[in-house]
Amino acid sequence: MRGLICGPKLAACGIVLSVWGVIMLAMLGIFFTVHSAGLIEDVPLTENDFDPNTNSIQKIYELYNKVGYNCFIAAAVYVFVGGFSCCQMKLNKKKEYLVQ
Amino acid sequence: MCSLLRGEEMCLAQLFLQSGSAYDCISELGELGLVEFRDLNPSVNAFQRKYVNEIKKCEEMERILGYLLREIKKADISLPERDVNPVAPLPKHVMTIMEQLQRLEVELGEVTRNKEKLQKNLLELTEYTHMLRITRNFVQRTAEREPLQVQYEEFPFLEKDTVMDYSSMQRLGAKLGFISGLIHRVKIEAFERMLWRVCKGYTILSYAEIDEYLEDPDTGEPTKSVVFLISYWGDQIGQKVKKICDCYHCHLYPYPSSNEERNDVVEGLRTRIQDLHTVLHRTEDYLRQVLIKASESVYTWVVQVKKMKAIYYILNLCSFDVTNKCLIAEVWCPINDIPMLRRALEEGSRKSGATVPSFVNRIPTTDTPPTLIRTNKFTSGFQNIVDAYGVGTYREVNPAPFTIITFPFLFAVMFGDLGHGIIMAVFAFWMVLYENDRKLKNTRNEIWNTFFEGRYIILMMGLFSIYTGLIYNDCFSKSLNIFGSGWSVKAMYKDINDIRENRVLMLDPNVTGVFRGPYPLGIDPIWNLATNRLTFLNSYKMKMSVILGVIHMSFGVVLSTYNHLYFRKKYNLYLVFLPELLFLLCLFGYLVFMIFYKWLFFSAKNSRQAPSILIHFINMFLMQGDAVQPLYPGQTGLQVFLVVIAVFSVPVLLLGKPIYLYWLHNGSHHLRMYRGYERVRRNSEEEVYLMRAHDMEEGNSHSDLSSSGEHHTEEFDFADEFLHQAIHTIEFCLGCISNTASYLRLWALSLAHAQLSEVLWAMVMRIGLRMDTTLGVFFLVPVFGLFAVLTVSILLVMEGLSAFLHALRLHWVEFQNKFYSGTGVKFSPFSFSLLPSSFENDGLL
Repeated sequence: MRGLICGPKLAACGIVLSVWGVIMLAMLGIFFTVHSAGLIEDVPLTENDFDPNTNSIQKIYELYNKVGYNCFIAAAVYVFVGGFSCCQMKLNKKKEYLVQ
Repeated sequence: MCSLLRGEEMCLAQLFLQSGSAYDCISELGELGLVEFRDLNPSVNAFQRKYVNEIKKCEEMERILGYLLREIKKADISLPERDVNPVAPLPKHVMTIMEQLQRLEVELGEVTRNKEKLQKNLLELTEYTHMLRITRNFVQRTAEREPLQVQYEEFPFLEKDTVMDYSSMQRLGAKLGFISGLIHRVKIEAFERMLWRVCKGYTILSYAEIDEYLEDPDTGEPTKSVVFLISYWGDQIGQKVKKICDCYHCHLYPYPSSNEERNDVVEGLRTRIQDLHTVLHRTEDYLRQVLIKASESVYTWVVQVKKMKAIYYILNLCSFDVTNKCLIAEVWCPINDIPMLRRALEEGSRKSGATVPSFVNRIPTTDTPPTLIRTNKFTSGFQNIVDAYGVGTYREVNPAPFTIITFPFLFAVMFGDLGHGIIMAVFAFWMVLYENDRKLKNTRNEIWNTFFEGRYIILMMGLFSIYTGLIYNDCFSKSLNIFGSGWSVKAMYKDINDIRENRVLMLDPNVTGVFRGPYPLGIDPIWNLATNRLTFLNSYKMKMSVILGVIHMSFGVVLSTYNHLYFRKKYNLYLVFLPELLFLLCLFGYLVFMIFYKWLFFSAKNSRQAPSILIHFINMFLMQGDAVQPLYPGQTGLQVFLVVIAVFSVPVLLLGKPIYLYWLHNGSHHLRMYRGYERVRRNSEEEVYLMRAHDMEEGNSHSDLSSSGEHHTEEFDFADEFLHQAIHTIEFCLGCISNTASYLRLWALSLAHAQLSEVLWAMVMRIGLRMDTTLGVFFLVPVFGLFAVLTVSILLVMEGLSAFLHALRLHWVEFQNKFYSGTGVKFSPFSFSLLPSSFENDGLL
């Protein structure tokens, strides 16, 4: 069968992982773009961001947005992974019907 | 209706089965699965029972069926859908089934043997062909060179000996002989060496390997063979060579003396091989057809033979009455099912066409019946985990309906994480939605079966974990700010330079505006950013664990009143339950009261004067009320009062019941003699039974119900009773303290779970999120995959199993030892669907 790379169990794992990834990374992205304080440790801050010079707040917000966009892109990648796993699942189901 | 709370009421019944309709009646009962049969011939050997011949016939049929199933499995034929449920065949139909099976066995055996013979033949011919083809190369090769030149690079010593060349040997008149054949490749070197050592150069061995694998007839595995050709001088050498060939299990074939003969033989072989291929093909087709036809009905036969064997086994348990016309069986039956039992017997009698119907008769007994608790697919999981500790005594309070809520709740207290709870609930929900899927139900994997059986338990655990995750405000170790935090940093630090210069900021709730009110649901999300988060949470979780523990244990003690009231032992209420409850509540209930008092009456304003509850509790026992400032006015007096009550309840618990029972027995001695006179007067067994039941209601008999009927002499052993009660007292009082401390595992496991979750996020997810480079975004994808795998394996599976185990232990030990004895026997009805099938265990079906 052309294009059949994964078996049924690997495809099922892929689907579960990508659904979870899409939902969780999308929500993480939303929380980062809203600048939630609980995620402050996950933002790549450096020491000079704490200096009392002007617009350090803006820099921190920009970093937040950057990480948020990273999360959205990762969620998009997981959409593709999910699509690929769905295709593999369909091919596996077809194969099950053919070989009796 | 109250079957789940207490178990069904059971009775012992006698079935009178006519010999003609016994088989059909038992078949009906097996389909329904109503009753449990008792063995009426316990002293009889299995080989001396009445129906042993029929059972032997059944086992013979099972043997043939096993052979059929193995052949079907070997030929890779799939069995058709197994929805059918045929009834047990009547004895007259058994012969047809037996004949069919025997015929099938004989046919299969013949065809298989023929096939093997043909395959062996084919192998020989193939080997002969190879041999001829390869030895032709040898001859051609030797013919190209000079006949006198010898090619023994591998035999260097020969050159020292006198060379016997071709012409000299011919002059001697020795005849050149050839032996050719095949040998395994692994043996060829040893063969060569042996030949050289024995024949010392009077033989020439040439060999070449066959390219393709041939199937070894003995082992059936593909092996590589080597074709060899030995040319030798003289007959004696020839004998030796033949003996050596025998030793090495060579397949020898005649060597053709001339080229024409060789070509003829090759032609003949080719046609024979072609014919053999066709015949073999036809044989395999026929074999497959036979197996396919058998596979259509093999499942029906398996079920029928299994049912028949079960019925004969049950018939062996029955006994014949004096007239030898009627079988008597003793069964345990739920009282509510007696009408259904009657109808089943009528149905069986009708089917067998008997003139005299079989009937059922209740008989009185003093044996303890087995316990039956009817469950549905939701409650069966919880009932199973209660039964794993011990099946309830007959008509005892069943902890399972309470376990349905308390077990997932205590699990969730230890597991509390919103994200993990959602994943667990979704997984369980998927299993519940697909519970009727055949593939999920019938897998052989033990671990999967365990999870599948407990799908409703896991669903409840997941849902409760979502709730406690919201309360702990913990979702994959991050807090959710749904309602807006109640703490304000701005109100504490008006000057922004203060914030910039300090690494750590302190928020004092006594300053106005800092603490604006409690968070509506759960723990305030600001605690996730606090360094003293664990200090706060530890205190909260430890107190919560003690509160939950005392409530759970008190509930257990209260449940014991149900048992005392049902078994008509009202004295237990005053002499056992009341002291137990007073002891527990006066000491640990008061501790819970102090916890709540401190929470309610001490706030941030006077938190510096808030007393330590532990010190107060210790001082209560040491009667040192003046050492520390009292929590509330009158505390010393109240504490002294509570300690006195608790201390006095111990001797009441220890001595009350034995002394009361002793007084009851010795005081009413003359009453007993009067009753005995009445018993002698009435000689009907029924009335004795009624009187005995009346005695038991009065509580005159021994304390536990499960003893057999011999003790109606009403002996009362004071020492035995006192010892029993002493052990119970010590167990309860010391157990109160240790069990309350045991509930602290609720705190410990939830702390461990939260910390593991935090570590996983910090060490895995944070690395991916903090990636600065442009390619870092693609680094996040595998990092999330790793995070997901580790979450499932460590936090869900390992922590989940751990919390499950600890919640289970809390139920089994701390909760159930307050009221549950669990010494019963489970009711196992005779039902065809519950019988195991040996074929399924072997994986053949």
